[in-house]
Amino acid sequence: MSKRRSLTEAQCVSLAQKLLRERLCHQKLPDRPLALDSQYKHLLELLRRTAVHGESNSVLIVGPRGSGKTMLLGCVLRELMSLKEAQKNVLLVELNGLLQTDDKIALKEITRQLHLENVVGDKVFGSFAENLAFLLEALKKGDKSSSRPVVFVLDEFDLFAHHKNQTLLYNLLDVSQSAQTPVAVLGLTCRLDVLELLEKRVKSRFSHRQIHLFSSLSFAQYVDAVRAQLSLPPDFPDPKFSDAWNHSVTKLCEEKSVEEILRRHFNSSKDFRSLHSLLFLSVSRVSVSHSTLHEADLLEASRLISADSKAIILHGLSILELCLIIAMKHLNDTYDGEPFNFQMVHNEFKKFIQRKSHSIHKFEKPVVMKAFEHLLQLELVRPVDSGVCKVQREYQLMRLMLEHGQVMEALQRYPQCPTDVKQWALSAFA
Amino acid sequence: MSRYITRLRMRRTYKWNGRPVGEDRKLKRQYYESMSISVEGKTEDATVSLGQYILIEGDDDDNPFVAQLLKLYTDDSGKKKTAVLQWFVRMCEVPQNKRKLLGRDPHPQEIFFYQDRSCDNEVDGETILGAVQIEYVPVQDPFPVGKSRDILFVKLLWDTKSFRALDPELMQPSQSPKSPPPSSRGPQTRALPTPDPSVMKRAMSGILTRGSMSTGKMSSSEAESLHSASKLSAAKALSAKRRSQAVSGPQVRKKLDLCSPSKNMSRDDVLGELLDERSEKTLTSKLNTSPTGRISISIRLTPLNLNKEECVSPLSSHSPDKPRMTAHDKDDAARARTPSRRKDSAALREPALAALAEEEHEDSPINTAATSRSKRKSAQLVSSRIKKQLNLLGNKIGLQSDGEDGDDDDCFIPSKIDLQSSSDEEEEAKIDSEDELIVKKHRGSGTSRSTEKTRVSARTPRKTPSKKTAPATPRTPRHATPSIPSRTAPARKPGNVLEEARARLHVSSVPESLPCREQEFQDIYNFVESKVIDGTGGCMYISGVPGTGKTATVHEVIRSLQQSAEQDEIPHFRFIEINGMKMTDPHQAYVQILQKLTDQKATPDHAAALLEKRFSAPAPKKETVVLLVDELDLLWTRKQNVMYNLFDWPTRRNARLVVLTIANTMDLPERIMINRVASRLGLTRMSFQPYTFKQLQQIITSRLNRVKAFEEDALQLVSRKVAALSGDARRCLDICRRATEICEHSGSQKNSSGLVGMSHVMEALDEMFSSSYISAIRCASVQEQLFLRAVIAEFRRLGLEEATFQQVFVQHQALCRVEGLQPANVSEGLTVCQRLGSCRLLLLEGSRLDLFLRIRLNVSQDDVLYALKAD
Repeated sequence: MSKRRSLTEAQCVSLAQKLLRERLCHQKLPDRPLALDSQYKHLLELLRRTAVHGESNSVLIVGPRGSGKTMLLGCVLRELMSLKEAQKNVLLVELNGLLQTDDKIALKEITRQLHLENVVGDKVFGSFAENLAFLLEALKKGDKSSSRPVVFVLDEFDLFAHHKNQTLLYNLLDVSQSAQTPVAVLGLTCRLDVLELLEKRVKSRFSHRQIHLFSSLSFAQYVDAVRAQLSLPPDFPDPKFSDAWNHSVTKLCEEKSVEEILRRHFNSSKDFRSLHSLLFLSVSRVSVSHSTLHEADLLEASRLISADSKAIILHGLSILELCLIIAMKHLNDTYDGEPFNFQMVHNEFKKFIQRKSHSIHKFEKPVVMKAFEHLLQLELVRPVDSGVCKVQREYQLMRLMLEHGQVMEALQRYPQCPTDVKQWALSAFA
Repeated sequence: MSRYITRLRMRRTYKWNGRPVGEDRKLKRQYYESMSISVEGKTEDATVSLGQYILIEGDDDDNPFVAQLLKLYTDDSGKKKTAVLQWFVRMCEVPQNKRKLLGRDPHPQEIFFYQDRSCDNEVDGETILGAVQIEYVPVQDPFPVGKSRDILFVKLLWDTKSFRALDPELMQPSQSPKSPPPSSRGPQTRALPTPDPSVMKRAMSGILTRGSMSTGKMSSSEAESLHSASKLSAAKALSAKRRSQAVSGPQVRKKLDLCSPSKNMSRDDVLGELLDERSEKTLTSKLNTSPTGRISISIRLTPLNLNKEECVSPLSSHSPDKPRMTAHDKDDAARARTPSRRKDSAALREPALAALAEEEHEDSPINTAATSRSKRKSAQLVSSRIKKQLNLLGNKIGLQSDGEDGDDDDCFIPSKIDLQSSSDEEEEAKIDSEDELIVKKHRGSGTSRSTEKTRVSARTPRKTPSKKTAPATPRTPRHATPSIPSRTAPARKPGNVLEEARARLHVSSVPESLPCREQEFQDIYNFVESKVIDGTGGCMYISGVPGTGKTATVHEVIRSLQQSAEQDEIPHFRFIEINGMKMTDPHQAYVQILQKLTDQKATPDHAAALLEKRFSAPAPKKETVVLLVDELDLLWTRKQNVMYNLFDWPTRRNARLVVLTIANTMDLPERIMINRVASRLGLTRMSFQPYTFKQLQQIITSRLNRVKAFEEDALQLVSRKVAALSGDARRCLDICRRATEICEHSGSQKNSSGLVGMSHVMEALDEMFSSSYISAIRCASVQEQLFLRAVIAEFRRLGLEEATFQQVFVQHQALCRVEGLQPANVSEGLTVCQRLGSCRLLLLEGSRLDLFLRIRLNVSQDDVLYALKAD
């Protein structure tokens, strides 16, 4: 006890920070998935039947990115494994469409995860064909009542549908529809049209169970979630500190400006992953001298997150490069988005120099060309046809990859921008 | 063994040795005793003579067929040389799924005495490669070591269903010196290829008069037919008769097993009757000399000699049954302890029947030089001595008990038994051999009762240790088959009505019958059955949309055909299944077929060559192969070689291959096959229509089988809905299964009937068929919804169904201002756009294009507007 009390504020802060960061970064599973009760029950029941009754099943969990598919599955599996009947019985195989990019790799991975490779020594890892035959034989040998059920989790399920002939999917789903080893095939995907990707015989073997995850969160729930995410748990070593922290968080969430920031985020996307990155940035700003979360922290974090990436690049450009961008913008306006080449931009720039020669240094053409190429490297301009063309560089057709608004905003924020340049940008005539 | 290959490639010429020894005028055949084979480029000729073991050219160069030469004859033209054989099989020729019945690893040089009636045993004499040496190893002895690699060992008998201990008598014709030269009785008693009326009559009358009382008789007649070389058709008629009259197949088979050894005696009885004086003299002289010879020859040959002694001494006039159960009979006695003896004796008293077949054995007398035989005997002796001294530890000894187990209940007993501790085995072997010696001694002194006692006492210790299970040693990788580990707790059985219904409705549960496919079943059945019976080949193409029961029906057909094959109503056949989806490359089809057929592994090219050879070679030792090719369309290659071969093989004269192909599209042959392939596939086609709603209803009802879980209306709704959409039975069952789940969950709230009602089915249908796009749009964030609106607005402005991001973004910003939201910047806009693209509400180009990526809607505009308006 004495030790706990002796915690300095600095220790408290770092401890709280560590705790919150872990919560926000490690995708720690919540105790109970938020607002997904019916889906949770459905999935749990399904897997329980596979584990306990040996019933084969297949199901797709469909929801947009960040809607909590993996989280839901994680929670269900956690609960399933806590069941006594299922604990020792279920074998889990996890595949990811981004990692197992073809069936060959996937088969090896399955074999490895099922610990089948030691049965036959190195022999399995022969050819792809042998591998497939091997695995199918293994699955075929089992039967409903005696073999351990296998749960296949296919993350990014849609990518598996792009494998040649969909061999893996056909075989897994075929096993799930025949009296072999009981399997549960769980696909996770964000594509709503995933069934259309399946070939007709693969589709016929799929049970057509889909669990859709669409967050129907209201804003109030969203704010509650934010509060919950930021609050320290009751078992925090220093109750005084945690009380103070939690109180400040509650107050913070009631503030008008904070609510505005959160609403903006909520409007943009309802998923928790983007929220986590916002909160992470703000939590990181907490320090000993700054021991509670403030409105300003959130504001700053929000500004960082929602900043336009190209506007930031524009801030780092030289005046000459900025002038070229403005010239391109004018060309775009005049010719209604038609592509241009360096020569046209240079002409435009020269006209401006002639008018306002006193404020801008007169640059040689090669220097301007150099600046133009820098823009090209930054991909602020991009050639129309990416292929190699025999046209001289000056005459290669280009497009500006910037929105009108982006240019104007960058100009407003550009430090010590010459007024002539600003005026030139604003003027309707080049 | 490359030497066979070289031989194969050489030209061989075949010549008869000496004059014909017999003639059959009716058939215009002339019988010979030996034939010489001269190989081009070699000076000395090889000679094969009756009773010798020979190699027959097969489809595998490395492993030619092995057989014993029984007869050699030529037709009147003198051109065609025909050989009648007793086949032996190598392990690689045994069907793969039966190999485990052996319960141990086969010796590399091990072969099995082949006993199968359906197998043709006449071959073209010019397929003979040459002689080979075969050595009989008694069941309980280990394989001799240190012998030449060219000697083959035979220990067991393979009757296409199980491995059994081989009665050395069966091997004997080659070694029995007493057989008279065939010329003495050739023409009269020779087996004929056409049913001889008198023979038939005798056989049938035998059955008619005695069939009811003893099964032993029948089995002896069965055994006959096994041995009748060319009387296949007679045997067929006989067996047909038998079937119609008496017991069902399995029993018959069992009984055959039981009395096969005793048959030898009956045969010898007949022999005694038939033999002329001269042969009797030779026999008796042989007997006179035998005692000394026997003792020196070692124990192995004891049973055989005993039998002979018994039967040729008619004075003893069937000594009591018990003593006749000599050591070698022990296997059989152990196999079926109680019933066997009586049957043995019954069989013994019916020698006439046995005569039918046994004559033919005598037609194949061995006049080979005694030297070779004595050499072999001495070799045996030496090896047995070595074995005794070393008391070889080898798990091969366990083979005997394994063989018995396999016979007893036709099921595979894990190889634990043969892994039992070797010390037990040693003891056992010792006891056995001692036992045999004792038996012999007693025999000599004529006290039969004590023999029985010792035998029994000797048997008890042998039987008990085999029950013990020693810790399993790791299997060799080569034969290890992978498997999913078994579960610790057993799977729970369904508890209530709904769970029961769900289990029954699962697609994987095998229904008792396949309703609504009776016609198709019958057609396929008839097709395959006729081909199997005729021993011809053919192709059939079956099409139908997924889930219409194509594969299930074919499996059902095969299942019932296999049943009738078990009961000997039709010849046995092999069933092989390949699936285009279950292989990685069309050419793997060859590999899989070959592996399932012969358990050989080969590269696709090599496998194709081997199969080609197998299906085109005229080797008669073949059973019909029924090949099911599922998902045929995936076997398509640019040159269509795979399909071409699959359809070409059945047309070969000797192929005996029936190919059933399954695919989804009806016009597949026309669409993807080139003419020569389509033509070979033929016009035997069948198409499975999608199920109608009535059929679907019937399917569900029959599956549920009076488990009352559904309301009638609910069933009808499901079947109508599915029939209207696809007619896929799988879908129908899945929906019903889901409906039971929904019912179970809602059951607790509502106090309904507990049956699955309309509402539950509706909910299930909604889940499975309703589009999720609308709910996805409704649950999207504000910015996403706005972006969708902007897309539609831009489409309307452009009058096109496509716009670039830049254009849409302008609209989006405008809409944001209208809605009083802070306009998003380009990065945010792109994020929103990508998010919509990832769930495929929008179709996008690669994000590399940035502002210029083109956007299309993946939903209809009306749907989007409808979804957005509903808020």
